[in-house]
Amino acid sequence: METLEQIKARAEAAVPGAILGILLNSSPSAQHSLVVDNEHALAVAGFLRDDPQLRLDYLSNATGVDWLDREVKESNITRQVVDGVERDIEVTSVRVVPGYLEAVYHLYSMELRHGPVILRLRTGNRSDLVQIPSLTPLWRGAEFQEREIYDLYGIQFTGHPDLRRILMWDGFEDHPMRKDYVDPDDFEYEPTPHDEVLERAARHYPTTK
Amino acid sequence: MLGTGILKGMVETGRNFLGSYVSEDRLVTVQYPEQRIPRQEAARSFPFLVFDGSDPVWGLRCVACQICEKECPPKCIYIIKDSLRKADHIGKMQFQPRVFDIDISVCMSCQICVEVCPFDAIKMDVEVDFSTGDRFGGLLMNKQRLAKPNSYFHKIHPSDASEVDGRLAADRLKAQAKAKADAEAKGKPAAGPAGKSFAVGKAGTGSA
Amino acid sequence: MTPDHAHQKAGGGGEGTLPQAWGGPSYELRSSPEGDGGLLEISMGPQHPSTHGVFRMDVVLDGERVVKLKPVFGYLHRNHEKIGEGTTYLGSMPYTDRLDYFCSLTNNWAYALAVEKLAGLEAPERAQYIRVITAELTRLQNHACLGGFLLQDMGASGTPLMYAFREREKILDLFESLTGARMMCNYMRFGGCRCDLPPGWLEQARTVVAEFPKFLDEFESLLNGNEILMSRTQGVGVLPRDLAINASITGPVLRASGVNYDIRKAEPYGIYDRFQFRVPLGDHGDVYDRYMMRVLEMRESIKILEQAMAAIPGGPIMDPKAKIRGFRPKAGEAYGRIEGPKGELGFYLISDGSPNPCRYRVRPPSFINLTVLEDMCLGHHVADVVVILGSVDIVLGEVDR
Repeated sequence: METLEQIKARAEAAVPGAILGILLNSSPSAQHSLVVDNEHALAVAGFLRDDPQLRLDYLSNATGVDWLDREVKESNITRQVVDGVERDIEVTSVRVVPGYLEAVYHLYSMELRHGPVILRLRTGNRSDLVQIPSLTPLWRGAEFQEREIYDLYGIQFTGHPDLRRILMWDGFEDHPMRKDYVDPDDFEYEPTPHDEVLERAARHYPTTK
Repeated sequence: MLGTGILKGMVETGRNFLGSYVSEDRLVTVQYPEQRIPRQEAARSFPFLVFDGSDPVWGLRCVACQICEKECPPKCIYIIKDSLRKADHIGKMQFQPRVFDIDISVCMSCQICVEVCPFDAIKMDVEVDFSTGDRFGGLLMNKQRLAKPNSYFHKIHPSDASEVDGRLAADRLKAQAKAKADAEAKGKPAAGPAGKSFAVGKAGTGSA
Repeated sequence: MTPDHAHQKAGGGGEGTLPQAWGGPSYELRSSPEGDGGLLEISMGPQHPSTHGVFRMDVVLDGERVVKLKPVFGYLHRNHEKIGEGTTYLGSMPYTDRLDYFCSLTNNWAYALAVEKLAGLEAPERAQYIRVITAELTRLQNHACLGGFLLQDMGASGTPLMYAFREREKILDLFESLTGARMMCNYMRFGGCRCDLPPGWLEQARTVVAEFPKFLDEFESLLNGNEILMSRTQGVGVLPRDLAINASITGPVLRASGVNYDIRKAEPYGIYDRFQFRVPLGDHGDVYDRYMMRVLEMRESIKILEQAMAAIPGGPIMDPKAKIRGFRPKAGEAYGRIEGPKGELGFYLISDGSPNPCRYRVRPPSFINLTVLEDMCLGHHVADVVVILGSVDIVLGEVDR
């Protein structure tokens, strides 16, 4: 199979305006991935599926990842004149890198037996800009998996034919796989003798203790 | 001809049915609990604590390092350290658990506690009959119920137990040799390291 | 039709077409030509004996014919992936046993493979052979039981299932003497296996494997020519080749539709490239082909087992670099996949350098294989739905996770 750089170059040539990035993976698995902009994601994915050299006809795995807001500490050294003497002063500032949700697709080719090519689609943030295009129109195999991502992470897939909750029940409101999800404490837990859950549940069920 | 496939299948069923009168291999049902198949040596059910000698309190090998508590996937182990110490198999003073509870209604018999224990203190039992009327208290095993002698360990997992005993004996020999060498080097009689404080947390995570 | 119409062949298969351009099955109701137009909506499950667990299908019927079918999941949902993020890498290993509780050893392997990719570990030779042997034994017992369950779904109550379970017991006994547990084995570790084979195990395993073809002959003469079986399965629940690929179907269901894709051949993991075996392929993609795939795959598994047990070397069973306590892979990610008995089982892990994975994802084959359940069932009778679901081979522990 071609290298990811070659795939990126050809995809950018085939889909005008597409902005692709390569995300390097430093682990020994060396599975690098392609970050695709949402606007051209469907076209790029279509190119990957139909290109005769790639023929990535099999979407093996689609999954969501939640990246929380991160605080990055930056220290800048500036020259300032203090008390008439020029000195290096280190100024540390904390910058918040906004978090986002990510959908990761692992593509393989059944015909040419190669892969994986990993596609990553990112949302604007974690609250309101959570729309990304659905790849279900290209690969039917994404149907249930995208429903699961929607259910557990809250990514809205535009163009999905049947976007409903799949594992949680319909009235459920939160998205349990998000990193900042808090368990409801009035849940019917299996009480264990040394669980703080018992204490929390006791508030809701005063008769249990 | 239509029906030959069914007839062939019927012959097969009949062969099995009649065969069960002659061949032991075809009689596979075991009438538990009157009849029991011999237990495999590797079989495991729930963890227990091994103690050496005859005292189930002071003989416990457990040093309350709490590694198993941390590593237990369903978090069914609960340990409180005691302030009293006891000597371990090489004579080093170690902590001991004041409370050691395993909730076997939560335990999933994965034996990760056994694997991570650096002191060979927790091992897997083979007992499976734990039926009780008290769903919570009856399935919560405390230190007294968990402590079982080394001879019991030998009975249920003989090869594993002898391997552990061999390792502990080797440790003891090494410790004695070291103590002797130290004593010769310092020209003092070999004394047990009693009274010195040992960082048990480090002993736990290190390659003890 | 002949009983062996699902014979092995080199590749390719019938060219199917998608039912509609894509769009999948249509979501609006329609009545069949012979029906009276009165539609009946029934809920099959979650406490239905044929659903292999707590699984529900909302079925809309026109007379006896299915015009719409929506699977409903989540009754066994316990957020396995969240549990995996909250526990250490090693701590997730016993939880993988409980995904597809029929095949705990292949689940272990898939997870160990993903972590080994992530951390750059390599299982030593002997451990690789043990993994192949245990995985193929798992495949044998899974496929044998599937045959039994499928026949049970068709109304052959008991006999084939009990014959299959009799054989499964022998394999489970082997697992117990090796790993200590019959089903929740928790045997493989990152960079090897937990313990070495006990003395005499290999001889026992050789006996079990040598006797297995006898059971297969018996099973086949019991069932394969059976007219009832053939009329219930042939031409039922056809899955076209193109749809199977497009819908990410894997495992025997995919190969029954004539797609030559087996990860053991396509991307050999472990040491599968050393063994001689063939990949059975179906022609029609119906329930009968899916059933025959399993029977033929069992014969191939026996070939792999014989080769592996003849060639197993001595030596260590753990990578010396592997650590039990304080295992922290470097930051990065890895996707590892194996050919499980039910299809492609993959684990996707993201590490941030801490003892717990930052993201732990299971790619469950039985869940994704259910994508096409509606397409296979439309136009068939309710009784066929049960058989078609049985032929997909699902385990709800894995579907709902």
